[in-house]
Amino acid sequence: MSSATTTEETHAAGGHGHGSKYPFLAHHFDTPAHQFDSAKLGMWIFIATEILMFGGLFVAYGLFRGQEQEMFHQAHERLDKIMGAVNTVVLLFSSLTAALAVRQSQVGDRKGTTRWLIITLLCACIFLVVKFFEYQHKFHDGLLPGHYFTAHLAQHAHHGHVLPYRAHMFFALYFMMTGLHGVHVLIGMGVLTWALRRNLNGKISKQYFTPIEIGALYWHLVDLVWIYLFPLLYLVG
Amino acid sequence: MATEAEIAPSHHHDEPDPNANYLIASKGVWSWLTTLDHKRIGVMYLISVTLAFFMGGMFALLIRLELLTPGRTIMGAATYNRVFTLHGAIMVFLFIIPSIPAAMGNFILPIMLGAKDVAFPRLNLMSFYIYVIGAIFCLFSIVSGAVDTGWTFYTPYSTTSSSSVVSMTLGVFILGFSSILTGLNFIVTIHKLRAPGMHWRRLPLFVWGMYATSVIQVLATPVLAITLALLAMEKVLGLGIFDASLGGDPVLFQHFFWFYSHPAVYIMIVPGMAIVSELFATFSRRAVFGYFAIAMSSLGLALLGFLVWGHHMFTSGQSEFSTMVFSGLTMLVAIPSGVKVFNWTATLYKGSIWLTTPMLYALSFLVLFTIGGLTGLFLGTLSVDIHLHDTYFVVAHFHYVMMGGTVMGFLGGLLYWWPKITGKLYNEPAAKVSWGFIFVGFNAVFIAQFIMGSRGMPRRYYDYVPEFRPYHAFSTYGSWVLAVGFFILAGVLIQSLLKGAKSPPNPWGSAGFEWNTSSPPIYSNFAETPVITRGPYDYHEATEEELFDGFPEDFKKTES
Repeated sequence: MSSATTTEETHAAGGHGHGSKYPFLAHHFDTPAHQFDSAKLGMWIFIATEILMFGGLFVAYGLFRGQEQEMFHQAHERLDKIMGAVNTVVLLFSSLTAALAVRQSQVGDRKGTTRWLIITLLCACIFLVVKFFEYQHKFHDGLLPGHYFTAHLAQHAHHGHVLPYRAHMFFALYFMMTGLHGVHVLIGMGVLTWALRRNLNGKISKQYFTPIEIGALYWHLVDLVWIYLFPLLYLVG
Repeated sequence: MATEAEIAPSHHHDEPDPNANYLIASKGVWSWLTTLDHKRIGVMYLISVTLAFFMGGMFALLIRLELLTPGRTIMGAATYNRVFTLHGAIMVFLFIIPSIPAAMGNFILPIMLGAKDVAFPRLNLMSFYIYVIGAIFCLFSIVSGAVDTGWTFYTPYSTTSSSSVVSMTLGVFILGFSSILTGLNFIVTIHKLRAPGMHWRRLPLFVWGMYATSVIQVLATPVLAITLALLAMEKVLGLGIFDASLGGDPVLFQHFFWFYSHPAVYIMIVPGMAIVSELFATFSRRAVFGYFAIAMSSLGLALLGFLVWGHHMFTSGQSEFSTMVFSGLTMLVAIPSGVKVFNWTATLYKGSIWLTTPMLYALSFLVLFTIGGLTGLFLGTLSVDIHLHDTYFVVAHFHYVMMGGTVMGFLGGLLYWWPKITGKLYNEPAAKVSWGFIFVGFNAVFIAQFIMGSRGMPRRYYDYVPEFRPYHAFSTYGSWVLAVGFFILAGVLIQSLLKGAKSPPNPWGSAGFEWNTSSPPIYSNFAETPVITRGPYDYHEATEEELFDGFPEDFKKTES
């Protein structure tokens, strides 16, 4: 988000100062490097905020898992490890392609940047599709948070093994954590799409690749959170 | 008006004349609503928080009026619960948290640094609109049944209350992002946009205070966001995380809530401290005593603020060990607070004190914050807290800190920078009269509350035994004196806007850098990027021209 701010300044700088030399340089920065460093620092601070936000959920997870280890163990077996693992690989790969997009933008390869950004966005779509099927399955089985949890009614008909009392707590955390992460995937896709649009419009150059760089930075955060979510939720046992 | 700005040839609407006074650099309502100028955004925040303060103040008067007599005075118990909740929620989330950072910080901080703007002007405007959207949600909650949970939204009551909790928590959730983005913007601005020569040891103490505040805003507010999101989900989906009957833990809500809301206390008070540090220097005409200690104590408060949240929960069923640890850590807060109070006092010593209204507010801060801070130690002491928790003693304590501290700092800063912001002088004797009413009224309201709290009057109660009647009545009369003070102050400011004399660039003769530009500042703050060669409180190094004229060439440019 901070990126939008710095980079959209382009026309505002047109009239005064060094605008003519670097059309993308906002009037309150001295040099392109100065502007780039500021944008990057802004994104790092925003990432700190995001981590604290997820932090609340991780604390809740730690607390309830400590209280009900057995329940967590049994409830987590209802998650699809294969789908989770596929998503992990997809997201890790997308982080690589995001980094490659940054690299290509730094050397001024516009086509390469576009290619890697599109692959990153495709990976994000694959992630969401897999997540959709996972959610659909949980909805079907009634593995839902709180009052909507109905799996205990149907469980004899299904797998045979009985879910422990309060398994809905596990799914409450599961849906909150993966749901918030999913929202972040969408936000990240928005940021990357915006960066892609700027690249296609020819706004990105060797001197100015801030949107790609900080978009990718944000995307790595999305990846990082998932790297913690996957083992904590899918591989508890 | 809007079309005027749009059709102006060659002038893009956000490309005003850099050398014109910021108030008239571009014209029309639209040019204000879409401005990227930190000064205009600061002014828009100032107007918004003033409206919020007015609303919160009206609710406060209603609370006091209801409590004038035992039993029903003007409203029923259910209405009363809503009124005190709205007073708290509006004052905390809509007024006090954005008040100094977003309104005055936005205006003054970049000028103090010698910067042309904050690092991310678009983000700055965005955070203002996020604030407006959040405020709309809160207003929607008020008209759709309001909230009766208290501003703390404690579970399980908040999850079962039929009042409009979800829209209020959504509003506060959104307001949080406004606060985060402002903090983020300030941190980057302070790191990256200091003028040449403005190294860290020359940063004005207001900037140090804003820096500490911003760190808290960035690191604590997201925890509130996730807490309120969980609370909303709890209500909508019956999530169960805070619901004991589903295996959740209601006390976890309190932990989460105070993990934000205790640091938020420092989001409120540190900016007040930041302002009075400036006021003491300017109106004592000397370098701040212990400059670096004051700067570091702001950061110290920011750090300690994260470690003491458990002292709100001594009686909520925490383990005894936790309460001991939190009590001990709470005592540590007295150290940076004491460092500040003693250094301010030492700054006054042998200074040439000029008792202007801003200085009177700064001195009020010193006295009232000391009372508020020391009574905090009573509450941090475990055995005493058992007796005092959830009484009017607590109410009086945090009002002495929040109102006696932050609001006094806010008013002092408002009057101090008023000539800079508006370009107009205000009527000093009338402002002093309003200060007298506010100071006397404030103490009347809350000293009575200290006494009745220590005698066991619980907070938030609608009714009380007749023995407490004199204290409640005294407190209510005080609230009227306080209100009169605020109305006089509003009159003074309106009179200044309409008929005030034109202010010179540096009406107080301050050595602070924000006075080295015209009043009101030009659009780009300084005609040329200033080069800083001395500290902001180095009166011995400031020239006569800097102290009494500002930079006349800038001033002339504005005139022409």
